This record gives sequence, C-alpha cells and structure tokens, in this order.
Amino acid sequence: MKNNVKFIQGNEVCVEAALYAGLDFFAGYPITPSTEIAEHLATRLPQIGGKFIQMEDEIASMCAIIGASLTGHKVMTATSGPGFSLMQEALGYAVMAEIPCVIVNVQRGGPSTGIPTHVSQGDVMQARWGTHGDHAIVAMTASTHQDVFAITVEAFNIAETYRTPVILLFDEVVGHMRERLVMPAPDEIPLVQRLRTSVKEGIDYHPYLPREDGRLPMSDFGSVHRYNVTGLYHDMWGFPSDNPQVVHGLLRHLVDKIENNVDQIARYKEYYLDDAEYVLISYGSAARSALHVVEHLRPRGERIGLLELQTLWPFPNDLVREKCEGARYMFVVELNMGQIRQAVQTAVERPDRVFLVNRIDGVFITPTDIRNMLRMITGKGV
Amino acid sequence: MAVKNYLRERFMPHIWCPGCGHGTVLNGLVRAIESMGMSKNEIVMVSGIGCSSRISGYVDFHTLHTIHGRALAFATGVKMSKPELNVIVPMGDGDALAIGGNHFIHAARRNIDITAIVMNNRIYGMTGGQYSPLSGYGTLATTAPYTNIDQGFDVVELSKAAGATFVARTTSYHVKQITDIIQQAILHEGFAVVEILSQCPTYFGRKNKEGSAVDMMKRFKENTTPIGSKAKQENPELIERGIFVQKELPEYCNEYEKIIQRASAK
Repeated sequence: MKNNVKFIQGNEVCVEAALYAGLDFFAGYPITPSTEIAEHLATRLPQIGGKFIQMEDEIASMCAIIGASLTGHKVMTATSGPGFSLMQEALGYAVMAEIPCVIVNVQRGGPSTGIPTHVSQGDVMQARWGTHGDHAIVAMTASTHQDVFAITVEAFNIAETYRTPVILLFDEVVGHMRERLVMPAPDEIPLVQRLRTSVKEGIDYHPYLPREDGRLPMSDFGSVHRYNVTGLYHDMWGFPSDNPQVVHGLLRHLVDKIENNVDQIARYKEYYLDDAEYVLISYGSAARSALHVVEHLRPRGERIGLLELQTLWPFPNDLVREKCEGARYMFVVELNMGQIRQAVQTAVERPDRVFLVNRIDGVFITPTDIRNMLRMITGKGV
Repeated sequence: MAVKNYLRERFMPHIWCPGCGHGTVLNGLVRAIESMGMSKNEIVMVSGIGCSSRISGYVDFHTLHTIHGRALAFATGVKMSKPELNVIVPMGDGDALAIGGNHFIHAARRNIDITAIVMNNRIYGMTGGQYSPLSGYGTLATTAPYTNIDQGFDVVELSKAAGATFVARTTSYHVKQITDIIQQAILHEGFAVVEILSQCPTYFGRKNKEGSAVDMMKRFKENTTPIGSKAKQENPELIERGIFVQKELPEYCNEYEKIIQRASAK
C-alpha cells in the first residue's frame, strides 16, 4: 500500500495542506470543532522548525499571525463561531494593512455559544461583513477531504497573490469526518511564494504602491527597508493620511484588487449542469448530500444538476448566472437560513425561481431531506 | 549617529499637545537606543491606539501601529517568528491595562523578550479625557464628573505578580533615568516593563487642577523617590522610582528553540 494515502479527519487534512503550502507560524486558541487543527500543528510545526503558539484568546491569535506574517512567514489561525467573532477587528486590520494570512473557521451552530459540537453554515455572512467598514474579502470552502486539501493550498496562494486575509469556511461535518486523502506529490500543486521587493537598500521603497499588475511587493520586518504599517488610511509609504484622495484611492484599491479578480479567485465544481432543469447550488458539507441527490435522480431521468461553490466571497455572480441560465428552478442547499440563497437571487435572472433547501437544527442535511423539500417546492415527485 | 537620524521627519509635526510628556519619553527612548549603537534594521516598534501609540510612527525602525489594546499580541507574533529582532512596545495606560490588560499579563507570564513601555498619563487623551484604570480613586474625568470611584492598578505590582522579569518605574521629569532604565530593559532577556509617569496637562491636568505641564512635572519630582529611600520610610505616600525586579528566568523564544530540537529529534 502506498503511504501517500491517509484516512484522516478534515481538520487534519487542513493541517497537512497548510504545511504543504508552506505554513510555518500558527497561533490559536482551543475551540470546538476546530481544536484538532491546533493540536496537530503543535506537534507538526516544531518538527520542521516552524512555530506554534497557544495565545490567551482568539483576538491575540489573530494579532500574532499578522505580526508573524510581517516578518516573512506563511501564517494561519483556526477557530470556530465565537472565536471568529473575536477575530473580526484584527481581520479588518489585515484587510487594511494588506497582510497575507489564512483564517480557518470550522463552523458550528450559533449565535453565541450555540451548539458547539454540531454542524452549521451560519457564518457565511459574518465572513463577508463581520469586520466593520466597506471592504472586500476572500472566503472559500470545500466538501471532501481531497478538496479541503486543494482549497487550503489555494487559500495560501490567494493570500500571497493579493496580499489579503483568506477565510476558510469549513464546517463541523467536514472538519470531523474521516475519509480518504491521497496526499499530492510535493510539486503537484503550484505554490505562490511571497513577492518580495527588488528595491535595493537606500532607495525609497513604497510598501503600499501597487505595481502595474496590481501586486504589492513586500519587505520583511528585519530587512533593509523600514516602513510603517497601520490600520489607519495611509499613503504609499504607510503613513497615516486623511487626504480625501488617499482615502478614496486606498478603499477602491482594497475592494478592486479582489472584486476585479472574481474570475481568478472563483473555484467551483459542476455536475450534470448542461441540460439541467433543476439546479442545486450548494457548498461545504451540504454539497455532499446535494450531489448524492443528483446522482440518485439522474439515472431516473430527472434533469437535475449541481453547482458546488468553493469560493463564496467574492461571490461569483456571472458564473452563477451563466450556470443557471437554462434552469426552471434553482435550489440553494445550505445549513443556514438562506445566506447564500440571497446572493444567488441577486445573481440570477429569475430570483423568484430560487428556493432554499436547508436545515438549521444542528443536524446534517440528508439526501432524503433534500428530496422531500424538492417534492414540496416543485409539487411533483422529483 | 545623531538623535535626529532615528526620527522620521516626514511624519512631523507630531500630534502631541504642547506640554505633553510623551515627547520626553520618545527623546529618552531614542537616546537609549543611540547610545547602545543598535542597528535600526533590528528594531521593531509595535504600538496600539492612543496618543502614546503614535510614537511608533515617528521613529525610523520597522513600525507596526496596530489596534487598540493588542500591541503585545502583534508583538508576540513578530518576536516569536523572528527572535533576533528587538521588539519594543510603547503603550498608554488604557491601551496597556484596560483593553489590553489580558495580553499584558500573559506576555509577562510567558516571559517573552519584549520591552513594554507604559506611558502612564492616567487618562484617555485621544478621546478627550475619560478615566483610565490608572486615573485612581477620587480623580476627575469627562466620564467621572462626580469623581472617579474606580480603584487604580499599580503597574509595578501588577507586572511583578504577572511574572515580568524586569520591572521599573520613572517619570518624564527624570529624563536621564528614562534613558538608563530603557537601556537596561532592552538589554534584559525576558519580558521587561517600564512604567513612565507622563503628564497630560490638556486633560488630566486641567480636569484635576494640577496646573501647567511644568507644575505637573514638579509634582513628579516631589511625589516620587528612589526605591528604598529614607524619604519613602518617612512618607509612605511617595511613589518609588527605579528598578524593582531584574531577574533571570527562561525566555519564551529560547524555550521554543528547545521544543524545536526536541520535536526534530523524534
């Protein structure tokens, strides 16, 4: 048997993928159902000379990874609902100061302490708008261990490419489920390394002046360029500014660098969409049951397909509209009260034909649940 | 190198009010670093939010101006990820000990090699004069119009109890002592706390009728005394200045290096 095949938890897959991507600094705080990520990294990171630290809370964890990213490291933290709430202010700081970092939120039921050991996808909108102020954000998810691996590596690549925090919105089912993972070979998935400035010592370096391609080369703290990093609106040197042109220009830059690259950032999978009358749209663990329904009904002659979203934010409006063009009905399958349903309704031509298929009781949605709801909505025996 | 070479003139003028003690702290800090001959490239200054926290913008080091109360958490990430850097964290009293109190005690407990400077003016200046955890019982502030009923922290006692391995206090009147203590704090291997009493004539002084900046500095001269002095025995009300704690204990980043060795051997 090949030793590149593993049978492990989703949380451990995330760890393996992060290490594959070059993670070498992690700060976190224990919280169900994400704790295994911290536990595995406490063992694994020092083995490769990386650093693990358990901070005093999630606020401090988020702050510590930002500090470590600035010294030139690939960084991550992992948490769940309440911890994700605590991270929001520093997450906004990472947006504003353009610090590459990855934040894993293994979702559980909320609000508040909620239902810690049970599944939910209730933090989708929090990922989008949890921190204050206008901003763009990248949030990604996956439904299988092989995809958790690929998407986690992608999260690091996107964080470096766009100098941005990337949120991995996994959920309790994916995090705790065990299934097969085939470990990709070392060079199988391309890795994006930190883009460092080529500006020589003694020449004015502008940490916040984008190149023509929009990327901003960085300089590690401790090297020859000394500059200021702040959460205030700032000019190309990182100096605070309330000049209206600077403020407007920076906010536009922060939003445009993400929103103008929706196509590059969008990751998705599609199943049987070509002639689909009924399009299921789902993501994360819920997409597993949605796929099961599609594969069960196709052989029975139903023209049903699935669009599995892996990038939730920025929302791929054009993609969703195109994929739903021929659909009579669209069903958004998710474990919340319609957070992505809203986004889909905004994207498609017939929002009145978009329906929510969900569970919000902490119990994983089954294929039977989905089929029953399809029957009710369509009024026929789909 | 002249003191000027450590400052970013592009950032001036600074935001501090006339008579503010924070400029004196900046002066003492820069002189300490200058006399030690440290390379600017090896120093990272991390600060939070408030009047004091703007100090990071004015110095020509790697500077990280963060969010309110969390400077030590950011600094922990900087230091642990690159232990060869010297990390200095200037904070205000509210920044360090109200919103940032938890990070303060845990950084002290870990004994991570960071120099924390608490610029204590007993008030929230940037927001216009609200009481802080260092204002003390009976003081006046915009949010304590009928006098403050909050008891204050003693920064030295708190730091000692939390496990800081270097703890010192001085004032903006004792300029040479600022430089001397900051030098020793930076050289100290472990978590170092330097409390510097700094006057805020604009808010604390005006609200509490303490007079001009000069009057407030005279008060620092009169109300403080070297640790263990005869004056202190005669007048226990006096505030002691000097180095209270200077001891060696395992430093966090060094200890983590041992973890790496232990883990790699397996």
